[in-house]
Amino acid sequence: MRASADIGLKRLRGASWLGRVQPAVGPLLLLAIWWLAALTGLLNTRLIPGPGPTFATTWQALVHGTMSHDLARTLMRVLYAFAIAAGFGVPLGILIGANERVYRSVEFLIDFFRSTPSTALFPLFMLMFGLGEESKVGLAAFAAFLIIVFNVAYGVLNARKTRILAARSMGASRLRIFGDVIFLETLPQTFVGLRAGVSIALVVVVVAEMFIGGTDGMGHRIIEDQYSYNLKDMYGSLLVSGAVGYGLNYMFLLIERYFVHWAGR
Amino acid sequence: MNQEALQRVPTTMRVVDAPRASDAVPRGVEIRGLTKEFAGGYIYRNFDLDLRDGEFVSIFGPNGCGKSTLINVISGLMPMDGGAVMFKGKPIAETKLSYVFQNYRDALFPWMRALGNIQYPLKLLGLDKKTRDRRVEALLAEFDIRIDLHRYPYELSGGQQQTISILRALITDPEILFLDEPFSALDYEMTLFMRERLQHVFMKRRNTMIFVSHDLEEAVQLADRVLLLTRPPTRVAEMVPVDLPWPRDAKSLSNAEFVAIKSHCLDVFSREVGRGP
Ligand SMILES: Nc1ncnc2c1ncn2[C@@H]1O[C@H](COP(=O)(O)OP(=O)(O)OP(=O)(O)O)[C@@H](O)[C@H]1O
Ligand SMILES: [Mg+2]
Repeated sequence: MRASADIGLKRLRGASWLGRVQPAVGPLLLLAIWWLAALTGLLNTRLIPGPGPTFATTWQALVHGTMSHDLARTLMRVLYAFAIAAGFGVPLGILIGANERVYRSVEFLIDFFRSTPSTALFPLFMLMFGLGEESKVGLAAFAAFLIIVFNVAYGVLNARKTRILAARSMGASRLRIFGDVIFLETLPQTFVGLRAGVSIALVVVVVAEMFIGGTDGMGHRIIEDQYSYNLKDMYGSLLVSGAVGYGLNYMFLLIERYFVHWAGR
Repeated sequence: MNQEALQRVPTTMRVVDAPRASDAVPRGVEIRGLTKEFAGGYIYRNFDLDLRDGEFVSIFGPNGCGKSTLINVISGLMPMDGGAVMFKGKPIAETKLSYVFQNYRDALFPWMRALGNIQYPLKLLGLDKKTRDRRVEALLAEFDIRIDLHRYPYELSGGQQQTISILRALITDPEILFLDEPFSALDYEMTLFMRERLQHVFMKRRNTMIFVSHDLEEAVQLADRVLLLTRPPTRVAEMVPVDLPWPRDAKSLSNAEFVAIKSHCLDVFSREVGRGP
């Protein structure tokens, strides 16, 4: 996870003109192949429409249709889920990581649930929270929470001891050490967790919208499109969902770079 | 009182009372019966040591002999398994002390600017911003340091960073300053400069300095007395006085007396290391 963050940061810092253009080469190539395949009939356009019609439909749906509404609903759910996950996950992760024995005793539990496919918990959450918002948001929050707790606890546990000792030698109380040193010391790892958390929250929300009863959201839209064979809109929704995931990740990278300017230096 | 108890009394008396109040030298750091044990065995066992108030003591000894352990225990950064440490007759916990770490990269707070780092101990004391600014200004004026304090530590050179950590240690005007190999991560030029700075600090403040070094020349140069330690379980091999005038500049390092003291320390060191574990 750390490695991908570094690559991401490097990309943000990309300096030269060529360096800036390069990332666009892959997507443009894929678009070109898609377009050519549709044009030459290599592609069954009834199953996979060409890029032109797909984008046109998507644009229509976003500007005049209901896609922007679905998008907003999905985003709201993701943000709620994320806020809950971070609100509980960061403090709890700090508490768990602060004590090695506590960490060792809950490590397996966290790892186990983290490794359990969240989607397998759908029925459980539906039983507990019904078919409404609570289920979708709750499940996404739960999945993101686990990742955040794990990363924060791990970061706290492995925080370098010298700064903590330094603060202690200056007479800082335990609480001060937590707030002034450990929290900040762990911030890079916390951001790794937050970024992974927001990604997983989006995944779970979209899947939940597909399968836990509802009337809106990108997941709901995609599955409806498939039932009604509205494929252009379906692919458009896929692309928009992808763009949202990418955008969220990128936004976190920017926030991270601003707040954790010292990381790795 | 039974026989056994009577016998124990004098021992206890000795431990508590060793430096007499009538001593001409004012009481400095008194270490009594220090015991410290790691998984590998005893590092210190019933270790006694006296350091004078306001003296500069260098600690020198083989790797792993417990130099860091000693100052960590004295400064309270590390708990001891037995014994007591007093300064001027009070428990060391009630003493204003500061600690400079070897690894300034890990000891400074990279999320704070240099100024914030220096002021942090004052913040812990609850002083308001105006007072903090005034204290920093006074400190900087005292040492004539030209570093842009609005930079982050990672934007400064190694020597500048260590200077910041020394300033951070001095801002509270500590009675004792502990330094654990503070210059060992610096290049030679920077090291020479920092030795000069540290002497300057000492001559101005005359606070007690306890300085660990793995460089014998430096240990002798920056000391009123050099504490030579043995291998563990660690004892004092010898306490070597360095009666040379301060400051000791680069020229004084080739002075005959300095060279003689250094070679004497080396003899003691070689004898102790040669003795084997
Ligand atoms: N936290 C610890 N746990 C176990 N053993 C330790 C610990 N800290 C130190 N030791 C052991 O105690 C001994 C003394 O360590 P210390 O760091 O005080 O030595 P030192 O004289 O400072 O060595 P150096 O010159 O390498 O800095 C070493 O043998 C070391 O292995
Ligand atoms: Mg050491």
